[in-house]
Amino acid sequence: MIEWLTEPWQLAFMQRAFIVALISAVVCVVVGAFVVLRGMAFIGDAVAHAVFPGVAVGFVLHANLALTGAAAGIVTAVAIALISQTRRLNEDTVIGIFWAGSFGLGIVIVSTQDAYTGDLTSFLFGQILALGDSDVIAVAVVGAVLVALTFLLRRQLIAVSLDRETAKASGLPVLVLDMVLYAMVTAAIVVALQAVGNVLVLALLVTPAATARMGTERLGTMTAAACVLAAFGSVAGLYISYHYDLAAGGMIVLVLTGMFLLAWLAAPKHGLLWKRRSAAPLEAR
Amino acid sequence: MRADHENPTPENPGLQVSGVAVTLGGNQVLHDVDLAVAPGETVGLIGPNGAGKTTLLRAVLGLLTPDTGTVRIAGEPPRGARGHLGYVPQKHGFAWDFPITVAAAVLNARMVTRWGGAARRADRDAAARAVARVGLTDLAGRPIGALSGGQRQRVLVARALAREPGLLLLDEPFTGVDVPTQELLVGLLGQLAEEGTAILMTTHDLAQARAVCTRLCLLNRTVVADGPPSGLDDPALWLRAFGVAESELLLTGTAKEAT
Repeated sequence: MIEWLTEPWQLAFMQRAFIVALISAVVCVVVGAFVVLRGMAFIGDAVAHAVFPGVAVGFVLHANLALTGAAAGIVTAVAIALISQTRRLNEDTVIGIFWAGSFGLGIVIVSTQDAYTGDLTSFLFGQILALGDSDVIAVAVVGAVLVALTFLLRRQLIAVSLDRETAKASGLPVLVLDMVLYAMVTAAIVVALQAVGNVLVLALLVTPAATARMGTERLGTMTAAACVLAAFGSVAGLYISYHYDLAAGGMIVLVLTGMFLLAWLAAPKHGLLWKRRSAAPLEAR
Repeated sequence: MRADHENPTPENPGLQVSGVAVTLGGNQVLHDVDLAVAPGETVGLIGPNGAGKTTLLRAVLGLLTPDTGTVRIAGEPPRGARGHLGYVPQKHGFAWDFPITVAAAVLNARMVTRWGGAARRADRDAAARAVARVGLTDLAGRPIGALSGGQRQRVLVARALAREPGLLLLDEPFTGVDVPTQELLVGLLGQLAEEGTAILMTTHDLAQARAVCTRLCLLNRTVVADGPPSGLDDPALWLRAFGVAESELLLTGTAKEAT
């Protein structure tokens, strides 16, 4: 058993994978808490997909894929924030349009390339086992900045989540705060891309926070619990992936999803089983 | 029959709305609106749906800029006077499913323009006082999602009071609220007015408006009548403002149904 646990750590690429998975988990959870609480999960998905054409452009131009991906994600996020202001269209609708549009653009760009190589697929499905030391440092620095920024802006982000109108009347730059949050979501997604890939990144952003929400009524507790869940899920996913030779990114997401289902069934008060139990005496009456 | 307002005092000159006109989407919603709320006054803004009550409130809050006319709070335009403003929005726009306690939600309202740093003793004390004034001290640690409709209205009032405002704006404070909370609000607004707070509220509830307001302002795109509740008994006034007699409004209980 001990060997089962220690063996992967003897390999440098697995050490890097563990570190990046843990950082991605924490960063996504801290930013993701606000995504879940504001019902913005869909925008996470839109940005994740918008990163794809950016990555494709970077691939065509032989530029840094993370940077071009982040740029595309931020442009999309800002466009969504601006166009949603019109209030003529539902935010979900605007997000849907950009979600599909950017993915279409990515596909067209990729189709111009003869060689559809591993570089690009690794961005779609994660490349956590193929990271270098510089990747680890970049993820750590961006992650630290994001967590610090969330901590600094927590009051304002909470105020806007509670009531936009009152926040605006109190003098908060609500639109700017929206864009900052979207930019933070984009950065968190680009960080997590390395771990789980473009397609699965939403799981890190949303699933642990949603799981924790099942069991707590305080933002601080929810964020802390979600961090623990996400860290556990990432590490457990990596172990399973290593020992059974399964896709690392996919395995992390599966463990996170499994924990959510467990919470949905068994969480105190809000879980399905609990509701059944407390409903039973009523039926008996 | 416009009531004479006392001259605003320099420390808290209340609210002055002069000649305000607002056009929204090509429709003139408000024109030539003059309204003053002096410290210690409680003014009820009454009018049917579409009369421009919410629009006027938004102009006072600085959320929209009038086409013409001025809004002055403590002698400043709304953007410069936000520290003087307390706003109690309608309950339904608030995210009651957000995981936060009553105490934290109230403290947040006071700290909202403070970037980073920790809450000071004075901030915590002001928030605790606001929670106490609405009678929620025993529920301060409870998540806001677990509160009743009346308790939720109290949280919104406490959030506004935590900012220690000179001008308090309330949007339909009596709508969907239980009787104990209505009674608490009437008492609390009376106290606040005595302490010199200028209060402006929109309401459909004529009975409560008469109980709590020192002046009523009948709005239908412009101010049709403005005076103490007792001075607004002339049925012709109500007919002009809303197309129905006041007695009918009182019978239905709300001006809303009279539209």
